[in-house]
Amino acid sequence: MSAPVYNFAYLDEQTKRMIRRAILKAIAIPGYQVPFASREMPMPYGWGTGGVQVTASILGPEDVLKVIDQGSDDTTNAVSIRKFFTKTAGVRTTTSTLEATVIQTRHRIPETPLSETQVLVYQVPIPEPLRFLEPRETETRRMHALSEYGLMHVKLYEDIARHGHIATTYAYPVKVDERYVMDPSPIPKFDNPKLSDCPALQLFGAGREKRIYAIPPYTRVVSLDFEDHPFQPYRHDAQCELCGAADSYLDEVITDDRGSRMFVCSDTDYCETRRAMGYAAPARNSDAEPARD
Amino acid sequence: MNFIENEQPLLVAEGLTKWYGRRLGCRDASFELYEGEVIAVVGESGSGKTTLLQLLSGQIEPSAGQIRYRLRDGAIADVWSMSEPMRRFLFRTDWGYVHQDPQLGLRMGVSAGGNVGERLMAVGWRNYGDIRGAATDWLARVEIPEDRIDDTPRAYSGGMRQRLQIARNLVTAPRLIFMDEPTGGLDVSVQARLLDLLRRIVSEMRIAVIVVTHDLAVARLLSNRIMVMKEGEVIEQGLTDQVLDDPHAPYTQLLVSSILPA
Repeated sequence: MSAPVYNFAYLDEQTKRMIRRAILKAIAIPGYQVPFASREMPMPYGWGTGGVQVTASILGPEDVLKVIDQGSDDTTNAVSIRKFFTKTAGVRTTTSTLEATVIQTRHRIPETPLSETQVLVYQVPIPEPLRFLEPRETETRRMHALSEYGLMHVKLYEDIARHGHIATTYAYPVKVDERYVMDPSPIPKFDNPKLSDCPALQLFGAGREKRIYAIPPYTRVVSLDFEDHPFQPYRHDAQCELCGAADSYLDEVITDDRGSRMFVCSDTDYCETRRAMGYAAPARNSDAEPARD
Repeated sequence: MNFIENEQPLLVAEGLTKWYGRRLGCRDASFELYEGEVIAVVGESGSGKTTLLQLLSGQIEPSAGQIRYRLRDGAIADVWSMSEPMRRFLFRTDWGYVHQDPQLGLRMGVSAGGNVGERLMAVGWRNYGDIRGAATDWLARVEIPEDRIDDTPRAYSGGMRQRLQIARNLVTAPRLIFMDEPTGGLDVSVQARLLDLLRRIVSEMRIAVIVVTHDLAVARLLSNRIMVMKEGEVIEQGLTDQVLDDPHAPYTQLLVSSILPA
């Protein structure tokens, strides 16, 4: 046994090269799931092993890293991944979307528009959008190859038949560059329009499923829908009760066991920035707001 | 049947042979099928009926032989030399395949409407109202009440499942349907109703059918022509009534005489 040798950003260079090759291929074929030899990472599957591997292989010493989990910079997942890279790569970390060059995210796209100098890395649990309809991997890969995507609409049809509208609220399927149907990872469908024509490079890593896919900058991404039931992003009909934002995606926070609740921005950096700029909570008529449904 | 003179056959099979390793599946099957014609393939289990059906429907590749199909535009295409996307497109538009077990042919977790609409969505229908309208229409044609459209096939009886499977296949107005024991596993009265329905739809839409069955009564009721198979080979073929009333091959005689008198 040789002693463990330190390498920048945890993974050895050979592994990083392998992952970079997969990333390059993914960028060359937007939306196509490229298989890669996913490594075991010092964290459990489901905690972002795919995203961490992608981040590790694109990170340079000059990069500034931001990690968000459901939009928040201060949850366990985000904090521990940030610490991981501070320790293994010594890179600077930040919570500011503007400052970051690499943003690893779980289930959100930041509210602040991204720029060409940034890379957004998604953690993906199940990369295959057709998985729940067609369990056979051989069959789904053939369907992608031949772009037989009728089945995806069967899912949306079922939604409308059952609920009267498309009730899929997250992991809403999209078509990338008019070719591949892709699962955008479990982001709320509120974020779907931000996928399209985004100046930043978007990379998706699924560790357990061993797949990497990508949306290159300025690529057209369309959410699937029906002519008579068009795609509609969903947002709670409220304002953030900390910063008053009326355009951000909101989390519903239950504040006691009597049905009180409040809505706050899910993107903590966006909310904090706004508050620092002097925005405040909207005037409320009473503290005990009745529970709404 | 009133065949138009000089009409081109819809499907031509020539010397179809399938070996599973050293075991024979089916040997040297040749025949022609015309539009609107119903052919029954009968024989005991293991005689190669299902192999023949799968060969014809392009699901397994023959070891030897050829299948030629006349496309809607009149061009004759060799099923196994056309590209895979085209073959699959053909399979879900111009052809249909009714499985013996409806669970294989249906998506059990998807509502009846979704099951019928799937083929339409696969060929590019993107209007929910239109898809639902077509599904409602087809459910009515196979005698499934309209208020069952949002139930999954799990909540259906065996006969209803089989009728749903037929609707799902017919929604794109195919010209050729393959059926593998469509009435297997159904009780006699449900069988009779299903056969009635099939006979009506097939003659209304002038669909060509290749039906595999071990039930000679089904063959007599549905088919114009019949092929008798034994140990992978077609031992006798001809008009259904002729073959059943005057069987030549000893095996066919045995088969016909083994029907219990009603």
